Amino acid sequence: MLVNQFLLLGAALFAIGVYGVLARRNGVLVLMSIELILNAVNINLVALGALRDDPAAVIAGQVFALFVITVAAAEVGVGLAIVLLIYRNRTSVDLDEVDLMKG
Amino acid sequence: MLAQNIAFGLLAAAAVLAALKVVTTQNVVHAALYLVVVLSSIAALFVLLAAEFVAITQILVYVGAIVVLFLFGIMLTRPTLGRSPDLDNNQRPAAAVTALFLLGVLAFSLIDAFEDDELPEVGGTAASVAVASGTRPVGDAIFSTYLVPFEVVSVLLLAALVGAIVLARRD
Repeated sequence: MLVNQFLLLGAALFAIGVYGVLARRNGVLVLMSIELILNAVNINLVALGALRDDPAAVIAGQVFALFVITVAAAEVGVGLAIVLLIYRNRTSVDLDEVDLMKG
Repeated sequence: MLAQNIAFGLLAAAAVLAALKVVTTQNVVHAALYLVVVLSSIAALFVLLAAEFVAITQILVYVGAIVVLFLFGIMLTRPTLGRSPDLDNNQRPAAAVTALFLLGVLAFSLIDAFEDDELPEVGGTAASVAVASGTRPVGDAIFSTYLVPFEVVSVLLLAALVGAIVLARRD
């Protein structure tokens, strides 16, 4: 298998995630798009680790992917708590309405 | 080799199509379920890359925990389930152009940098890959080489847990 198969798939998922973050205005769906982006990075980490014929590199790629998965779990926990707080204050999770900082 | 490429094609197609549905569907619950398809396909791709432990962790943490968390978030923030027309904002064309431009730049630089570089064949002549794959060396590495980052991540998880409770608590 070519390493570029995996890297291009990662790039495609990353771009789809970026589209989701920009085009969605429901807070939960924006968090889902961020998950897509983090997963694209995980594919890249594992594939690039496997590219070098070196056990330390293979393991480094996998361990970094595991750390990213852990940080993603923490991020979703805090992110959903924030979305819940926005819903409680405004009875809507529409991010376009959260514009207090807009000039 | 051919079987691996066919498997990759099927899984990649499933992942990309389901990801497109995640960002375009008009039903929030469907988006969460399509996310399950994306995450499972990526877990299977990790198996193709001989990263079984990452694949299992992906299933356990993402499909088992994060998607459930998303479904709870959807249930708590939507009075009615079903289709809703207000999920997208009015900058969809700009977002699509940005995403396509990003994909073009990334694809160009990746093809330019890696061209036809082959991954070492799993379990084949590349002895080091056969040694490195499997769960034991990963666990050994986490608790020796990467012990400090591991502890930092566990403190981060604790902080996130406390933060989430503090934010979501009604007082």
